Amino acid sequence: MTSTGPSVHPYVPNSVPAVRAAMLAAVGAESVEDFYADIPAALRLGRPLDLPAPLRSEAELVRHMRELLGRNTSTRQALSFLGAGCYPHHVPAVVDEIVNRSEFLTAYAGEPYEDHGRFQALWEYQSLMAELLAADIVNVPTYDGFQAAATALRMAARYTGRRHVVVATATDPDKLAKLADYLRPDHRLTVLPVDPATGRADLGAVRAALTTDTAALYADAPSYLGIVDPALPELAELAHAVGALYVVGCNPASLGVLSPPSTYGADLTCGDLQPLGLPMSFGGSHAGFIGSRDEERLVAEYPSRLFGLVPTEVPGELGFGDVAYGRTSFAVREEGKEWVGTAAALHGIAAGVHLALMGPAGMRELGENVAATTAYAVRRLGEVANVEAPYAGSVHFADFCLRFTGSLGAAEVGRELLARGIFGGRPLNATDALYCVTETHTKADIDHLAETLQEIAK
Amino acid sequence: MTEGLIAPKPALRRFQQARWDEPAIFDLHTPGSRGVLVPLPDPEMSVGDPLAALPAALRRAEPPGLPELSQLHVLRHYLRLSQENLGVDLNIDVGQGTCTMKYSPKVNDTFVRDPAVAALHPLQDESTVQGVLELIHRLQRMIAEISGMDQVSLQPGAGSAAIWTNVAMIRAYFAARGEAAQRDEIITTVFSHPSNAACAATAGFRVITLHPDADGYPSLAALRAAVGPRTAALLITNPEDTGIYNPRIAEFVALVHEAGGLAAYDQANANGILGITRAREAGFDLCHFNLHKTFSTPHACGGPAAGACAVTEALAPYLPRPVVGFDGERYFLDDDRPESIGKIRPFYGVVPNLVRAYAWIMSLGAEGLRTAAETAVLNNNYLMHQVSRIRGVSVPYAAGRPRLEQVRYSWEQLAADTGVHSEEIGYRAADFGTHYWTSHHPYVVPEPMTLEPTESYSRADLDEYAAVLAEISREAYEEPETVRTAPHRAAVHRVRHETLDDPDRWAVTWRAYRRKILGEQV
Repeated sequence: MTSTGPSVHPYVPNSVPAVRAAMLAAVGAESVEDFYADIPAALRLGRPLDLPAPLRSEAELVRHMRELLGRNTSTRQALSFLGAGCYPHHVPAVVDEIVNRSEFLTAYAGEPYEDHGRFQALWEYQSLMAELLAADIVNVPTYDGFQAAATALRMAARYTGRRHVVVATATDPDKLAKLADYLRPDHRLTVLPVDPATGRADLGAVRAALTTDTAALYADAPSYLGIVDPALPELAELAHAVGALYVVGCNPASLGVLSPPSTYGADLTCGDLQPLGLPMSFGGSHAGFIGSRDEERLVAEYPSRLFGLVPTEVPGELGFGDVAYGRTSFAVREEGKEWVGTAAALHGIAAGVHLALMGPAGMRELGENVAATTAYAVRRLGEVANVEAPYAGSVHFADFCLRFTGSLGAAEVGRELLARGIFGGRPLNATDALYCVTETHTKADIDHLAETLQEIAK
Repeated sequence: MTEGLIAPKPALRRFQQARWDEPAIFDLHTPGSRGVLVPLPDPEMSVGDPLAALPAALRRAEPPGLPELSQLHVLRHYLRLSQENLGVDLNIDVGQGTCTMKYSPKVNDTFVRDPAVAALHPLQDESTVQGVLELIHRLQRMIAEISGMDQVSLQPGAGSAAIWTNVAMIRAYFAARGEAAQRDEIITTVFSHPSNAACAATAGFRVITLHPDADGYPSLAALRAAVGPRTAALLITNPEDTGIYNPRIAEFVALVHEAGGLAAYDQANANGILGITRAREAGFDLCHFNLHKTFSTPHACGGPAAGACAVTEALAPYLPRPVVGFDGERYFLDDDRPESIGKIRPFYGVVPNLVRAYAWIMSLGAEGLRTAAETAVLNNNYLMHQVSRIRGVSVPYAAGRPRLEQVRYSWEQLAADTGVHSEEIGYRAADFGTHYWTSHHPYVVPEPMTLEPTESYSRADLDEYAAVLAEISREAYEEPETVRTAPHRAAVHRVRHETLDDPDRWAVTWRAYRRKILGEQV
């Protein structure tokens, strides 16, 4: 092997030639090639990797990244009405301060001694989230809301010993694609169409689909269309009547004003933490939660780690450890429940800090603001000529559907808005698009969208 | 320091971790306090009660039982907890073997926090996100080159999610060939991450686990006995968690191919072989990297991380959708992939960590990656040289052979001599401002300790780490109670585990603790 010889790099302290030589001498090696003796010649690459030339200095790297990422136009430079699973909320400065601490950002998997802080912060996240969800069990976060829903449904299947899952409300097609992949091969997934007039669950269809083979009935609250379906409690009764579990995906930012699903019959509650103190990051800042009652048989079905509070040898000290570790694949490999690995712990800490800052009053105010702003947007935009809010009769939270009935379809309207510095909603089909507002939108923002639509929605 | 006012430092650091004795945040509740205020809805919107149409059952009746604290008190609580935690930036983090705890450059964090990344919505028009799409595309091509594979998905959220993705693609590949029912077995090794076995089982495969022989890896004969017409795939790590490279890996892959199966390479342990050997040269069909290990993104207390799956053209149709394409002028999200396994997660991946990994590669280049790999391997063999001289330690398997980027050591002799176990030595390490990890279960190596020094630590760091282990070994032989009752200078003392497996007493949340232990009505 011919190496061009190391250049000293700031990230590689022992790249200093004298140090490298001294270390080789200390172990009695001629060169690093001695250590690679087990890699056969036929498997050697034998040439340098064909990668872009490196940027020598931090200053040059910063310049390159600024130039590359500067080609983006962010939501700070436009007026955005995009939601659909990734939401613009204010991120309190204290949340950013905590999650960017070296001690949290660069730690991993130490013991509950030298990493006591992360155990307590994550146990407190579980506990704070549990208050929001009115649930006695909350997991250390999984990757995202899609994975949380997929795992909750598998948990329901193991709990009931059944293999059929029914989706009742309008659900993100990407989430359905995840469920289809994750529930393969031995679960059957029935996705029911919603009532086209109301956008709500079709209760007749739900009744017809549920059987004594049904493990879980799944609903989103609010649904993909932003609708808070008044039948959510009734769906619980329908599920329980056939012995199925009721699994509800919810937006945690709504739970200051909307009931936690456990209070209207959900056995498992799941969702995504992104609205709780995490930026949008081009869809890269998600984390998934699952919550339930503290029933031994249900706890046994969680794949995730569950941190528990325990005493230490010193009275009054808080100690932490893994509850029922033997259910995990860390403990028993393929005999464990699904699998567990590195997922999204720091986002759990972010959500915990966010909930601690918000308190009950902050969560109520957030929910009230988003509900009011959404209601205003649905009403105001639905008044624009050639624009309808087809499900205006329902209560919405953040997301809502607009229908363009003039000569321009949903995608064309979006293009016209973009030309005017506005990011319109996600097109759902030729005429409909999913728009979104939160507490970050003012009345003036919505009025500006309405006036702009007035101009273009011919 | 010259002699004088300040005496020289002792040989070992007199560490004392912060011990704030911080209560649970619920105990800091001061009714009426506010941590952050939220904008109130504009009264001119005149929407009345926007929830009036909802049935009472859907309107929250009881406010959530969250504590009420002023802003400084929330900040102070979490800062104190942060001080009771060690990360790469603070300790000589060579003890978390298999996890590649390398330095995560600070400058890369600044790119992620910039609104040009943080304030991007994933559904923006492609014309407004050309910068980030180009970055993802370039990173896809870099991973393709580093692995030698043809196409790449950066969607999985971490290593285990990438293993799942590979298993799902293997399943789709055989389903398309009408062999899904026949090929229902996956072979892996006991020194591969547990998620290889667990993802395969979750996806419906029967799992066959191979064990190492004296060389540290399974024999070809053992694989031959396991392979057959039911074999869907081999999922294997190389080097495995012992740091031993299996020199017959190409024969392993060929044997699986002869039986009609696929071979997937778990590259969690790639840090010592960047630019030296690749999945392609060994004949693999699929592989994955952990960007939070090999490519420097921070471990974040256990994620967010990022996984990269790389495959040959034959498997490419099954990659999760979308991948980022380039038509010669524009970067675009290629969502029109009818044979795709679908979605692994929302949108496109853990984008902040894709940005960090890209910046890390750009700051090193091909030669720098090679330097990093070689230095990681040098550091490991240097540390092994120091540690293997410590009383009570051994290096199982392949005696006298070099290791690549890590070593799984054994304290079996020390445990037999003193009754002190590996876990206890790890707890004692906390008293010196560091830590280590034993191994995954089951403990195939008795009394295990897995050290992976990466390229980030200096010779002095490695010497200090070895000196800590030597001191704990001395204590185990001469004053074992010091080790058995450790830690003494960490944030908390030895925890009592008895209730963690007792359904009547485990306390996953504060409300459960109040209900079950304190007997309160919650």
